Amino acid sequence: VSALGLALVALIVVWLVVNLFKTPTLFGNVFFIGLATGAVYGLVALGYTLVYGILQLINFAHGDVFALSGLVASSFIISAIGLDTDDSVLVVIGGIFLTLIVVMALFSLVNVTIELVAYRRLRHAPRLAALITAVGMSFIVQNVGLGIYDVDFRSVPAFIPRTEAFSIGDVSLAWNKLVVILITIPVLALLTWFVTSTRQGKAMRAVAQDRDASAMMGINVNRTISVTFALAGALAGAAGILYLLQFNMRYDTGFELGLIAFTAAVLGGIGNLSGAVLGALLIGFIQAFNEGLTWYTPGSDWTRTIVFGILISILVFRPEGLLGERTPEGG
Amino acid sequence: MNGRALIDRVRENALDWRTWILPIGVIVLAVFYPSYVETIQDSPVIGDFIPGLGSMVVMIVFTMMAVGLNIVVGYAGLLDLGYVAFYAAGAYMAAWLASQQFEQWTFHFGSTGISPTLSGIHLSIWIVLILAGLFTMIVGVAIGLPTLRLRGDYLAIVTLGFGEIIPQFVRNGDNIFGFDLTHGTFGISPIDSPGFGKTLNDSVGLPVNYQQSFDRAQLFYITALLLLLFTVFCSVRLRDSRLGRAWIAIREDETAAAAMGIPLMRTKTWSYALGAFFGGIAGAFYASFKSGAFPADFYFNISIFLLCMVILGGMGSVWGVIVGGMVLGYLNVEGLATIGSELQEAGINFEPTKYQFGIYGAIIVIMMLFRPTGLIGERRHKRELEEGVHDEPFIEGASR
Repeated sequence: VSALGLALVALIVVWLVVNLFKTPTLFGNVFFIGLATGAVYGLVALGYTLVYGILQLINFAHGDVFALSGLVASSFIISAIGLDTDDSVLVVIGGIFLTLIVVMALFSLVNVTIELVAYRRLRHAPRLAALITAVGMSFIVQNVGLGIYDVDFRSVPAFIPRTEAFSIGDVSLAWNKLVVILITIPVLALLTWFVTSTRQGKAMRAVAQDRDASAMMGINVNRTISVTFALAGALAGAAGILYLLQFNMRYDTGFELGLIAFTAAVLGGIGNLSGAVLGALLIGFIQAFNEGLTWYTPGSDWTRTIVFGILISILVFRPEGLLGERTPEGG
Repeated sequence: MNGRALIDRVRENALDWRTWILPIGVIVLAVFYPSYVETIQDSPVIGDFIPGLGSMVVMIVFTMMAVGLNIVVGYAGLLDLGYVAFYAAGAYMAAWLASQQFEQWTFHFGSTGISPTLSGIHLSIWIVLILAGLFTMIVGVAIGLPTLRLRGDYLAIVTLGFGEIIPQFVRNGDNIFGFDLTHGTFGISPIDSPGFGKTLNDSVGLPVNYQQSFDRAQLFYITALLLLLFTVFCSVRLRDSRLGRAWIAIREDETAAAAMGIPLMRTKTWSYALGAFFGGIAGAFYASFKSGAFPADFYFNISIFLLCMVILGGMGSVWGVIVGGMVLGYLNVEGLATIGSELQEAGINFEPTKYQFGIYGAIIVIMMLFRPTGLIGERRHKRELEEGVHDEPFIEGASR
């Protein structure tokens, strides 16, 4: 199996290299698209991984929380603060910052409420029960989005110019993609700091390892789980805004994106924070290369098949993911 | 053995009348449904809410799939979020074997109601149903073999992945290295309709062809009902068989089941295969009823819809799943639309059909939180869901 896997990876590398030499400019542009997409996937994937790490629950509703947050952000940007294309740079930066804070705070609250209402009661039920509830919750959140925003696609005016921020040769990176990366990096740094260095972050890791033992050590398990959901919700909110800056979205955007982000989390090793980001970047690149390159590419019709093919192969052949450790529970 | 003991033994084994009177009553009511449906449809107030025969066929087909899904989810406790893949496999099997899709070959066997020179493969639908069941069973095993080793929630994700891949494959399958396998987004249509042909019509009086018959709806209805009864019969017998008890043992405690000598992989694979079998038959029959197989029919929500039927009725309880299936099937086919138009008349502007999956989601969450055993719960499952189980995964490796 490992030989087969290596052969496959080698084949992909060859394919990438040939594409790089045939169309270097396109390759570079597609690379940046992949980077920006992967950054958004990473933020969503982190939400899956955080919750899975602490509850061993695949929170299906997470993708839909992300989509709803993007939609709410679009109303906030357009109606509440009214950002537009002719605003000055400072206003735009301030506006985005304000939206980030408001939406992240709001959706941590939403996510905590979901946990409180739907998952807390089922903590001692068979795991299947919680999982099924999560699926149901996903549809409820999606339909809340449908109820408020109907079936139309929403987008924001291009107040961040889509002109190039800088270019290397013919390859250019547009401002709106650069902003995505510029926001993602500090958010990730903040998250890492929180989980590794604060008291609450340590409590989270302790609960993830052994819930009963941490309760005996005086950790408030319920509060820790709520904090985890709040963090996940905030990340989903941030991702929603970043997605909105690049694409348009509607109530069901979150379903497929959520699955892709979950795939990313599994690819990196679910429960592992840096793994989620790595997996998300890989998936972002795979998607961008598949849809953007020209030499022997399956094309966007097959993106979903490829992503889920990866998910299935990872789960079957290496369920602990790229960076995960093999544990009895990981199988 | 003296006479007295024999009588006692017969009495012990004879079914209590209370256990079978209700099913028999329901079956009788169902069989004669076509003869009185129009009468009650004319009655005031409730008449609008009575489904016609065409709707009933759809409801029964989906209930059949739910009963099949119940084998996997309810009996064996494996969450399958990609059951729609089996539905698609069955439907496309019918489309391949009973339509003009493969024009390059002409082969007829037992087909009715079409010209004998029509190009394409045309088998009798009855054969197609069996082949579709078997083909889907193979698909089920092919999906199951690599994935069933995974723990419950991972398994759910993998099945979901397959449930997403197969429709996309079907949509893009019009040009697989130049070969048109699935006719892409247009789907395959028309598909032959069931029938018994002229010989059987002359000798026994069975209908020649459903589509060309005057009481088309009634024929489809009775056939669907028979298929459902067959599924239910098999499902009940399976539950009480050695295999069924093995499934329930695995559901309750995988480690203990393995320790008792139950081969985990084989038993789980059987649940997949048999669950898939009925999904395939239902899919093929439905394709023949609709006279087409279209990729737009096979989306993820169908899997959740079927899961919702199982949960509403009660996981593991066949009668519960039938009730859940018929109720939700009714809501899906025409109930929500009827309620919507009634609301509209009452001046309330709310379209339940638009939010149907939100409604199903809410049903799932509410049931799981407040009545996890479902409307008609299985007694055995009740204890499991209410008292909790030993849910630790079995250590990987030993289960291979």
